[in-house]
Amino acid sequence: MLAQQLVNGLVVGSIYALFALGFTLMFGVLGVINLTYGFYLSIGAFLALFATQHGVSIWLALPFAALACGAIAVVVDGLLLTPLRRAKAPELASLMVTLGATLLLYSLANAALSTDIRRFPPSVIDGSAIDLLGVRVTLTQCLIVGSAGALVAALLWLMNGSRLGMGLRALAERPDTAALMGVNAGALVRLVSMISGGLAGACGVLIGLNYNAIQPYMGEVMMLKGFAVIILGGLGDIRGALVAGLIIGLLETLTAGYVASSVKDAVGFALLVLTLWIRPSGLFGRIAVKRA
Amino acid sequence: MPEFIDDFLFTYQTLVYSLGINGLLALSMYVVLALGQLSLGQAAFMGMGAYVSALLTVKIGAPFLLVLLAAMLVPALAALIVGAPTLRLSGVYLALATIGLGEVQRIFFLNSELTGGALGLSGIPMKGGLVSIYGSLGLALVAFIFVARSKIGRAMEAMREDELAAGALGVDLPAYKLAALVVSAMLAGLAGALNAHVTSFISPEDYGFHAAVSILSYALLGGIGSPFAPVLGAFILTLLPEVLRSLADFRGVVNGAIIVLVVIFMPRGLMTWRMGRIGASTRRPS
Repeated sequence: MLAQQLVNGLVVGSIYALFALGFTLMFGVLGVINLTYGFYLSIGAFLALFATQHGVSIWLALPFAALACGAIAVVVDGLLLTPLRRAKAPELASLMVTLGATLLLYSLANAALSTDIRRFPPSVIDGSAIDLLGVRVTLTQCLIVGSAGALVAALLWLMNGSRLGMGLRALAERPDTAALMGVNAGALVRLVSMISGGLAGACGVLIGLNYNAIQPYMGEVMMLKGFAVIILGGLGDIRGALVAGLIIGLLETLTAGYVASSVKDAVGFALLVLTLWIRPSGLFGRIAVKRA
Repeated sequence: MPEFIDDFLFTYQTLVYSLGINGLLALSMYVVLALGQLSLGQAAFMGMGAYVSALLTVKIGAPFLLVLLAAMLVPALAALIVGAPTLRLSGVYLALATIGLGEVQRIFFLNSELTGGALGLSGIPMKGGLVSIYGSLGLALVAFIFVARSKIGRAMEAMREDELAAGALGVDLPAYKLAALVVSAMLAGLAGALNAHVTSFISPEDYGFHAAVSILSYALLGGIGSPFAPVLGAFILTLLPEVLRSLADFRGVVNGAIIVLVVIFMPRGLMTWRMGRIGASTRRPS
């Protein structure tokens, strides 16, 4: 029982970590809280759903959805946030723009797709569970945990071990100076949007597979967990997203198992407020918290 | 009352009520925005006020004034808990924490038996009306006008323009921010209570993300130069779907688009007139 709970918690935690990765990357490099992020998750799930309904294999639909969501993220950033960046608008202005855009995009998606819950065709992925020492694990769950670990490693290498990462870190530190040092700021901004949007899209497909329930607002539900994860982990920190995602996922699953499933959703928020009270920079608060 | 006013009120009662209530909500947003902070918890505070007041009226039968008071105090307490740690930090923390507050509260309302779950609460007596709604709006407006013209108003404006400079000049930033958030939560709670007592029915979905963003769009469209501006914004955005019926189904799209367009192209809002100060010449050197 406990072993099964822990494994389930690991899976939920990996989902949260995966989701928070792109969100925290956007904040870490671009310095904006982009609230449209959750929308890419919903769209990713829908794109993969439509693709598989037309007979495309899920292994092709997954990268397709990720690429498409990345492209949408680049367009949204270019239309909404680049003008503000150019005008040196305050950070809250960009938060507000993405907030308005989120309402707009969800309302449109809602009108176009309806809020009915949809499901993947049953043959899309092998849904049978493997028995590992008394613990039931599905292929999707392995895929989720595996990709969370692999992507965190890849992002850490990109940020800290590559030349591109040096440019990204410079951009995060001080965009003007980075541009003077020959960093192609515009291209890197688009790259970060592409990666983040792609991560959200891929995460949407995996969540869709895991719970087999897809509806336009699934991304918005995840945003609440996303906030909790990035604040607990430290805004903009990649390792933090993984660790905090796992902590929140495990705690939620254990709460649902041993306390009551109705209070499960409050766990993330309670941790968020607690973090802000005790250690506002989060677990790995590398970026100093700006105090007024 | 003359007959034509009676007829008018009978036909447009709901609209007249929501104009006043949305005006109050816009003012509650204004208090926070006026010093450069962003709270996305206005809908949550409103819901808190609505549920607290409805429960007190329906279950205990408490007197209306006491109910309104409670509907202001409970959100104020929530604002203290969420605001105290976040307001010392940069603005995004408050925004994130308040969105989180709204979501958690929605889940609580949906699952709690006390609050009637997804069905919400119905049969709330119609104790609110023109006097309580427009009286509150009027009082709030007058109070804010006095504040805007005082030393406090000057401090708020200084914080909005440059927080560091304001702090260096001796403005107690955390105290101002926390006070603003608490006042804003009280106003939103009051608006929620009044709304519950004129619509007689409330449900968790009324106070979600859509509502939070709509309230922000009122204040952004109007502007925050003076307390009149956000109320104007609220009136326009409440009337718009009534005038253009076809827009009613796309309220989310319209409100979202307005936020995007206003922030990018018109960051000062529609009404850019700034209120003069007591003891200052009204003409500013250009």
